[in-house]
Amino acid sequence: MFGFILRRFAVAIPTLLLLIVASFLLMHMAPGGPFTQERALPPQVLANINAKYGLDQPVLVQLWNYLSGVVFRFDFGPSFEYPDRTVNQVIAAGFPVTLTYGMISFVVAVLVGCALGTAAAIRHNTWLDYLAVGISIGAQVLPNFVMAPILVLVFTLILGWLPGGGWSWSDPAFWIMPVIALSTSYMASIARITRASMLEVLSSNHIRTARAKGLPESKVILRHALKPALLPVISYLGPAFVSMITGSVVIDMYFSTGGIGKAFVDSALNRDYAVMMGVTILIGALTILFSLVVDILYAWIDPKIRY
Amino acid sequence: MALLDIKNLNVTFDTNDGQVHAVNGIDMSLERGETLGIVGESGSGKSQLAFSIMGLLARNGRATGSVKFDGQEILNAPLKTLNDVRAEHIAMIFQDPMTSLNPYMRVSDQMAEVLTLHHGLSKSAAVAESVRMLDAVRIPDARGRARLYPHEFSGGMRQRVMIAMALLCKPDVLIADEPTTALDVTVQAQIMKLLDDLQTEFGMAMILITHDLGVVAGSCERVMVMYGGRVMEKSPTDPVFADPTHPYTQGLLAAIPRVDQKGDKLSAIPGSPPNMSRPPAGCPFAPRCDYVMEVCQTTMPPLETFAPGRERACFAGIDTVRAGPKHHEDLPMEAAADDTGGMDIGDPEMNMLDALTDRPTTEEMADDNR
Repeated sequence: MFGFILRRFAVAIPTLLLLIVASFLLMHMAPGGPFTQERALPPQVLANINAKYGLDQPVLVQLWNYLSGVVFRFDFGPSFEYPDRTVNQVIAAGFPVTLTYGMISFVVAVLVGCALGTAAAIRHNTWLDYLAVGISIGAQVLPNFVMAPILVLVFTLILGWLPGGGWSWSDPAFWIMPVIALSTSYMASIARITRASMLEVLSSNHIRTARAKGLPESKVILRHALKPALLPVISYLGPAFVSMITGSVVIDMYFSTGGIGKAFVDSALNRDYAVMMGVTILIGALTILFSLVVDILYAWIDPKIRY
Repeated sequence: MALLDIKNLNVTFDTNDGQVHAVNGIDMSLERGETLGIVGESGSGKSQLAFSIMGLLARNGRATGSVKFDGQEILNAPLKTLNDVRAEHIAMIFQDPMTSLNPYMRVSDQMAEVLTLHHGLSKSAAVAESVRMLDAVRIPDARGRARLYPHEFSGGMRQRVMIAMALLCKPDVLIADEPTTALDVTVQAQIMKLLDDLQTEFGMAMILITHDLGVVAGSCERVMVMYGGRVMEKSPTDPVFADPTHPYTQGLLAAIPRVDQKGDKLSAIPGSPPNMSRPPAGCPFAPRCDYVMEVCQTTMPPLETFAPGRERACFAGIDTVRAGPKHHEDLPMEAAADDTGGMDIGDPEMNMLDALTDRPTTEEMADDNR
């Protein structure tokens, strides 16, 4: 197992490097640059700015400068858009926010989703099943850019219970709506996957054996059915966790939370190469890390899997 | 009073094709310590009969009638009552040892939970007792093997684990549902020998479900022949082989290849079992019967006692059947297949009823577009 983890990390490094090179080159291939504006800057000014950020050098030299900065100094360079901030600072400012509401959303989505899916499977073809399926389909078809304004309308404008936007580390009231808006569609997917897989497991032979032992139904479910039923859910959770903690531009825009979801989209619009690269690398590294976590969880649950 | 007393048992399944009648009005009883063989081809309802005794029918299955264990009604009993009977008094071994054990739990844990549940043993005492039982089913190095997972056992060894697990509480009745079907022939003999030995050792009653008449001849005192969810014949074992009086039983016996008779022809009963979602009004065997009469198409013959301990359900006279079929010839295999009128019977192990009853929940799932 330890050897397997080491090997996975050994593969992860070239994967990440490849990701950096590919996204760097793609970005530079696109026409225009960070300082292209509608009203052209005087040529001398543009040349000076380009020289300051090293954009006048050949692409491969720029790539090398960037890579060596990332690898040797963990320095993702200065932001092109905000000259007084480095990329590390932009991420350090935004990531804790998305990490916080993302993780809470993840926990909510997993708990509610698994419970709903399991309940639906146990009470298959009863009103509870239909209700759970109805809720999850509803939650899935309602996009968060529709849900967010509705939440604000109801809880802020009509009821006046919750602040309509912004972020406060000391007041969890600010976290509630971002969490609801982010978690519902994930919750719906988890519920559907859990239900389908639980139904399949419950009709399998080893569950019949468990029942033949005289175990009460709660033990049949918790001890014998839950583990195998959760396997497909876990492979969904790896990528889902990463996209939740790296935020959502919709959430960041509607609730002005200041997370990196918005920073990422802004950087793409502004051609802020450095911020874009920084966030891409962050998401890439997290994706690699959590697919490893999923593999480890699989091996922990299923004794047939040995690495 | 019989240990197990079953009266007018019916099992139906609600499927998208309508109601499937798997078991139709079965009466049977089992005495303490005796071995009853239930014989029938796939889809004759014998497994569903066993599942309904244990309350293990699939979700869309429904049982009516009466199943009394030691005088206590257990059919459709509250789960609490049923769970007290399961494993403790009636235990079951399933057909497919490859999938009947929990692949995610150590063998010792799966076994020990039976004893912690029913006998309130501590975890370590339960594991020790489980190891002892694995030893009793002749698993070498039981102590070491108990810590393994099911996939680390061969098929025969897994069936031994299943047997050991079923015997943990020293049940009064052991239901063995085709315990050797999934195993290869040499292992089959070992498992049957083991079951025989253990039955004597523990003094329990056993219901042995099989489609193998050879197994019945070797192990059972009484035999019940089923077809189309109905009882065709009940009898002590030996007379059935010496003097088959029911056309279906006769056909089954004729279909056993024998080493003492030369020839390259295999006998088969022409035709295929009835589709039980539209059960025939009369005798389910009528379409394939050599002795069929007008009345067979419309009325189910009642079970009638014709000799001490022997019952048969057939309108044809005993002597007519004893005289042998008018045109019952040994057919080559191809000819037997042609006899079905060119209809594709498909895999003989996988007929309509099996497809509908053995895997109903999978079917439901396919329908509700998950």
